[in-house]
Amino acid sequence: MTDTATELRTTRVVVSRRKEGDDPATPRHDTYDVAVGPSSTILDALVTIRRGQDATLTFRHSCFHASCGTCGMRVNGREGLACVTPVPDGDEVVVEPLANLPVISDLVVDMNVFYDEFDEAGRPLMRTSELVSGGGIAEGIEELVRFEDCIECGICLSACPVAGSDPRYVGPAALAAAWRVVEEPRGADPGPVIRLMDDEQAAWRCHLAWECSEACPSGVDPAGAIMRLRRAAAAARVRRLFSFGGNR
Amino acid sequence: MAMSSAEPRRPASGPARRRGVVGWFDPRGRRLGGLAFIVNRLTGLGLVLYLYLHLGILSLLVQGPGAWDTFVDIALSPPFLLLDVVLLTGMLIHGLNGIRVGLVGLGFVASRQRALLISLMVVAAVVALVGAIRIFGD
Repeated sequence: MTDTATELRTTRVVVSRRKEGDDPATPRHDTYDVAVGPSSTILDALVTIRRGQDATLTFRHSCFHASCGTCGMRVNGREGLACVTPVPDGDEVVVEPLANLPVISDLVVDMNVFYDEFDEAGRPLMRTSELVSGGGIAEGIEELVRFEDCIECGICLSACPVAGSDPRYVGPAALAAAWRVVEEPRGADPGPVIRLMDDEQAAWRCHLAWECSEACPSGVDPAGAIMRLRRAAAAARVRRLFSFGGNR
Repeated sequence: MAMSSAEPRRPASGPARRRGVVGWFDPRGRRLGGLAFIVNRLTGLGLVLYLYLHLGILSLLVQGPGAWDTFVDIALSPPFLLLDVVLLTGMLIHGLNGIRVGLVGLGFVASRQRALLISLMVVAAVVALVGAIRIFGD
C-alpha cells in the first residue's frame, strides 16, 4: 500500500491578484506554498490555499470534471481548466486569470464580455434544445438552448492572439458555433448566418494561430470551424457573383 | 423581507487585459500554430526591412562603379553571406507558411494543417541548408 503522504511535495503557487479599485496597470502576485500530490490539480491547490491560507482568494469552479467550464484560467501562461490541469512538476507554478477579458477579482473574469459577442452576432448559434422537448422548463427560464460541445469557458478567446489585439473580433467560440448551424442547418436556411460571419471582424479576422483549437478542453476545434466557415462564405460569394444579382 | 426589483448589480471589472500587438510576439505558452504565427510576423517584418535595405543599396549605383564595387566586396564577406542565408531562410519560412495559410485559410486541408506546417517547414529547412552550402561553397 502506498503511503500518499510520502508522495506529497511542496510547490510554490504564484497567483495573480486583483480586487475592485486596484490599479490594473500594477498587477500584484501573491505566493503560497502548497503541499501537492502526484494527482493534484491546480483547482485542488487553489482550494487548499483558500481553505488554509487566504480566504480572500477568489476563483470560480463548480463541477470538478471539465464539464461546467467555469474554472478556465492560465497556468504558466497556457490556458486550461483548473480542475483537470495537473500541478506541473517544478518548484513554482504561476496562475493567472484568462486573458482578453476584464478581471473582476483575482482569477474571476467578466464572462459577460464573452457572452455579449454571441449577442452581437445575433445569437445565430443558439438553438432550442431538442433534448428537453416535451419536458418542463424551470420557472424563470424562457427557453433552453444548447451549444454542442462548447462549454463556454472562454479559453479559446484567451488563447487567441488576434482577440488579444482586436476587441472587435467576434472570437473563436461564436464563429465555431455559427459553423455548426451552417454545417447542420436542420431545415433552416444557413445563408443569413454565412452572410453575418462573412465579415472582416468575423471569419476573415482569424490569422490561423490555431491556439483556440489547441487550447479547447472540449475538442470543439474552433479554428477548423472558422476555416470551413470561410470556405462556405467564399463559395456563397462566388455563387452571388455568377447569379447576376438574382440571389443577393 | 421584500426583495428589491432593481436590476442585479453587474460585477465591477477593469478593462479587458488584452495582450495587444506586443502579445503577438510572446512565445510563452504558445503551441506549434502559435509559434508559426509569431515566426510568420517576424519573417514578414524582416522581409519588409530587407526590401527597403535592398532599395537603399541599389541606390549606390547612381554613385558610380566605385561605390558599387566597394559594396560587392563587402557583400562577399562571410558575415554578409551569413545574412544571405538568414534572408533565404526567412523567405522560405514566410513563403511556404504563406502557402499553408492560403490553403487552410480557404478551408482546404484544414484538418491536416499541422502536418502541412511540419512538412513545409522541413522543406524550408532542407532548401535553406542546400542554399547555405551553395552560398558558402561558391
